[in-house]
Amino acid sequence: MKEAARSVARLDGVKKSFGAVRALDGVDFAVHSGECIGLVGHNGAGKSTLMNILAGTGTPDTGQITIDDAVQTAWTIQRARALGVRCVFQELSLCPNLSVAENTRVSHGALNGWGGARRAANLIRASLDEIFPGHGISPQDIVGDLAIGQRQMVEVARAFTVTDDPLHLVILDEPTSSLDAETARQLLAHVRRAVSAGISCILISHILGEILETSDRVIVMRDGKVVADAASAGLTRDSLVAAMGGARLHDKTSRTAAQATEAQPIVVSVQAGAAHGATGLQARRGEIIGLAGLAGHGQTRMLMELFEAAGTKGKTVEVAGAVALVAGDRQTDGIFPLWSIAKNISVRSLNTLRRGLFIASDQEAALASVWRDRIGIRTDNLDNNILSLSGGNQQKALFARALASDAQIILMDDPMRGVDIGTKLDVYDLIRTEAQNGRTFLWYTTETDELDNCDRVYVFRNGRIVAALDHSELTEEKIIHSSFAEAIS
Amino acid sequence: MNAATITQTPSRKSRNMGRLLRTILPALSMALILIAIAWLNPRAISYFGFNLMLNLAIPIALATVAQLFVITINELDLSIGTFVGFVGCVTATWLHDAPVMGVLVLLASIAVYAGLGALIHLRNLPSIVVTLGMSFVWQGLAILLLPKPGGAAPDWLKGFMGFQTPFVPFPILAAIAIGLVVHFGLMRSAYGTVLRGAGGNPQAIGRAGWSLLKTKVVMFALTGTFGVISGMALIGITTSADANIGNGYTLLSIAGVILGGGEFVGGRISPIGAVIGALTLALAASPLLTFMHIPPDWQVAANGVILITVLAARALISRKGA
Repeated sequence: MKEAARSVARLDGVKKSFGAVRALDGVDFAVHSGECIGLVGHNGAGKSTLMNILAGTGTPDTGQITIDDAVQTAWTIQRARALGVRCVFQELSLCPNLSVAENTRVSHGALNGWGGARRAANLIRASLDEIFPGHGISPQDIVGDLAIGQRQMVEVARAFTVTDDPLHLVILDEPTSSLDAETARQLLAHVRRAVSAGISCILISHILGEILETSDRVIVMRDGKVVADAASAGLTRDSLVAAMGGARLHDKTSRTAAQATEAQPIVVSVQAGAAHGATGLQARRGEIIGLAGLAGHGQTRMLMELFEAAGTKGKTVEVAGAVALVAGDRQTDGIFPLWSIAKNISVRSLNTLRRGLFIASDQEAALASVWRDRIGIRTDNLDNNILSLSGGNQQKALFARALASDAQIILMDDPMRGVDIGTKLDVYDLIRTEAQNGRTFLWYTTETDELDNCDRVYVFRNGRIVAALDHSELTEEKIIHSSFAEAIS
Repeated sequence: MNAATITQTPSRKSRNMGRLLRTILPALSMALILIAIAWLNPRAISYFGFNLMLNLAIPIALATVAQLFVITINELDLSIGTFVGFVGCVTATWLHDAPVMGVLVLLASIAVYAGLGALIHLRNLPSIVVTLGMSFVWQGLAILLLPKPGGAAPDWLKGFMGFQTPFVPFPILAAIAIGLVVHFGLMRSAYGTVLRGAGGNPQAIGRAGWSLLKTKVVMFALTGTFGVISGMALIGITTSADANIGNGYTLLSIAGVILGGGEFVGGRISPIGAVIGALTLALAASPLLTFMHIPPDWQVAANGVILITVLAARALISRKGA
């Protein structure tokens, strides 16, 4: 089935940083012809960054890319496509305003001239028929009208179409995330067929069973490095989980876990049920509650639900008290980029800073300066524009906005993304102090280390809560186990 | 995997119904206006009547198509009106007196448009701001060139625009030709598909290996080109120019694109619809209102009411179809 292991693509010593965050820290990686590699790792391990570099959409800071034993100096998307490297990206790359056939045409320069549209339609129909028999998609359908799963099918089918450019390596980044079980099975079967025909595949997935069944070799990434590389025959789910999680969280801070919050009233409660999972969620006054699990599995939606339910007594969700939200995506949801630091801090508290109909600017300035000192925002003038601050300090200003308000319940939507460690430690201290003063925190984070600050952690999967872990029983392995628990158990 | 299973979409049949309704809406609104005109003044529905009523529709249709190109890639050109005016002034002066010079100036102005596209892409500027600024530049140049109304159209241009075709009035044939050319260029050709895709999901087009800079430059250059043709057509009809002659075209062209089934963002456009939209606006603008005996003072406002009505109907139908 496999001929001599010739490497179709090789990466050597690839490093890439985004600001202060090191996404890839010297990765060596090789794909041989006619093999399927499974690539796994926890959130932020660097998988997608690595694949972007291989596909030519991202450039490494340092490192070398070799395709077919030729070192590539100017590695671009065009070059990657010409040499037969394709990628199905995690966020889909179809144009919603174009039809399925037109989207195929866009990705193949050869489908031009008279009859190009018809050839594109035939090409994509044949590919869909081959990979997903009974797909129910017409080449004339406008992509924007298709369901998300169908779009993913189109994107995958398009990656396997061939015109004049060769096809040697297909990267599939979470290709099954929006597919139902049957379609996912069809896709994985096709991957096996393609591999036996000599095409190489890289399969990224959070579903470990899929990885073990489909791939010949599994590569595990953690913190921007390859930490394991082994034939999948000798691997099990448990060994993969162990390799991904590592034995971190060992130096558990001896946090005085049960701080007599037992007797405090419950301020947030989500009843167990079909919509939210069998566990339900409860937060008492003064507790720090972590929301964990893989990114995008319903944590943010839960926070939004709580935000909207604030002060009401709904059927399944109950929130007693005012709520403030610390946004995760600073640039789009958080800051007002044209406003000063002081105004960015005070905007949540304007109701208490009024004199008649007008804002009392002296009170506003006083509020901002109190919080600058408490939270340590590094600026000499709070009237400066918010963008004059570094990213970490902007995030501190957002914390100040929430904490300066009258809200007793603080929702945090992965607020530490891309924040340096110094700022993080400052904020952790502040959160603990505020919790001791009676505030309640609900904290979604993708960084497992941060969960160590929490009294209790709820793990999300597919929009539901699947596990509740107390601080004492919290390990990264348990969280990963719950995040990945799937049909096979 | 329950949460991730494919969700049900509205059935293909109802989806297509909605799309069909949206596609024929521009034609439907034009038919309504024509019926109203026929009812008010049956004699207008004749070879001669159409020639008169649609005379000025051709430059409007061309300006609308120019606007369509930039709207396809999620931009807006607020300078198209004054640009048409500037081209008109060049046509009535240099192109008449010194044709070589005139042609060079017009080509240079298209190059300026292409440059604006590059600037907007490279510096990530909002096109509204850039083109609003440019509108004053074009207006200023036009006034420098022709401080008071005057000039003369080149004879060949007058002859071309005044051409009497047999049976079907020239403006109708010209509109059909414009619509078909742009339809094939943008909706059927391979690169036209890429250009529309760049409005729908630029990242996807970039990942397919196309240059986004090139799409912007091409689209802005096309806008410039059709702006030039529009200005020349206008002067061919009016035979003399005025620096303010095209000022109303900016908003008319945007309204024409939207009326024709286009959307401001997302690369959803319809060239044939846009041409029909422009004709509808031209008919609604003065012939209909004159026949309704609306005094000229109120015609602009009445025009606005018609526009809002049609656009509201469109919004209603699109929402149902979506």
